[in-house]
Amino acid sequence: MCGTCGCSEESVHLNENRAAILAPPTYGNLLRLNDLQAERNRQLLDRSRVLALNLMSAPGSGKTSLLEATIRALQDSLRIAVIEGDLETENDALRIRALGVDVYQITTGTACHLDARLISRALQDLDLERLDLLFIENVGNLVCPASFDLGHHRNVVLLATTEGDDKPAKYPVLFRTADVVVINKTDLLPFLDDFSIVRATDSLRNLASHAPMFSLSAKTGADLQPWLDWLEEQVAGYRALHGQGKTLRPSFPLDHRKNRAPTELRFIPVTSGTALG
Amino acid sequence: MHELSLCQELLEQVEQLARQHAAVGVSRIVVRIGMLAGVEPELLQSAFAILRPGTSAEHAELVLETIPARIRCRSCGRESECRVNHLLCPICKSTDAVLIAGEEMWLAQIELLQRRADSMLLGDLAGISSPEANRDRTAGSEGASPREGRSS
Repeated sequence: MCGTCGCSEESVHLNENRAAILAPPTYGNLLRLNDLQAERNRQLLDRSRVLALNLMSAPGSGKTSLLEATIRALQDSLRIAVIEGDLETENDALRIRALGVDVYQITTGTACHLDARLISRALQDLDLERLDLLFIENVGNLVCPASFDLGHHRNVVLLATTEGDDKPAKYPVLFRTADVVVINKTDLLPFLDDFSIVRATDSLRNLASHAPMFSLSAKTGADLQPWLDWLEEQVAGYRALHGQGKTLRPSFPLDHRKNRAPTELRFIPVTSGTALG
Repeated sequence: MHELSLCQELLEQVEQLARQHAAVGVSRIVVRIGMLAGVEPELLQSAFAILRPGTSAEHAELVLETIPARIRCRSCGRESECRVNHLLCPICKSTDAVLIAGEEMWLAQIELLQRRADSMLLGDLAGISSPEANRDRTAGSEGASPREGRSS
């Protein structure tokens, strides 16, 4: 295998030849380049048996706090690293690094989401052979991250009680991608008269989503256990599949954008050599 | 706001197809966008207006076909059109539903302008030189084929 870009031995290095990515002439998918890179990323993760989770939420719902609590609880049993996506600052990375785990910071500048190319760079920098679990903390945004396969295995969507229980109805595209939804900041529920966990659950179920939901407080650590159990189940499930030479994909299929029918070509004969007259 | 990068990829694919078929221009591009695809059609149109100058699609019309969300109910088996955040069976009210349409995001059709002489030549060569191109051609069953162009 190629250690630089994750390409298979027989293929051309991705970083050296963009044409290698373009090679399969499968027209139609407008995220073709991203999806091809995402597959390469997944192969690279699978070679080292690293389960990667894409953590998505609105800004301020507590992604970093959830990671801190999770890392504290699991770092004795699992080797964990984090890729941090932020528009600016390394504040979140510093918080995670303080726990003694590897952090790769992606500062996206003005880009509102992570994509497979950015993750590919991060994967080159991380020592995957020494990892079991990789969290990718996406940019705080409930719109754009939904469309990008990063090459990860599971999607985690976080919703804070302060955001309102109708968030799934407002952002159906992103919430539909969730393999699990975590409701955070339950410690604030006594002070909020407008958030109902039942309504939040209904709002998700109305999206034809069967994803499990856990309510917890990353800050106090209350009810963290079901979430940790879910994570350990995912690691065990991934390893079992890995042993059979298979991989895990987010259960929300991103193949909707692939060609269901080939791009239809129509030919219009023109007599002059000019473009449209 | 990733419509700009989607549009770049769209134009790249259009350019490749135009080159592959020796087109002198592109008159029409049809993209299907599901209402749950996470793409805002208006923003995609704006991105197209920004990016098309200098490409073979400079004078092309971009047609965006919006596809509504449809589900199949796993309780009663019926199919229904739904609001994007209300994907439950309107008949039996079950939430045990599967989305069967509404997440599309793909380049469905393009119209390529070919010089008459070129189209004759390519029509002859397609079968022997490029099976790929030939397959693409046969996919466009309703369009004016190069062979029709030759016979007229």
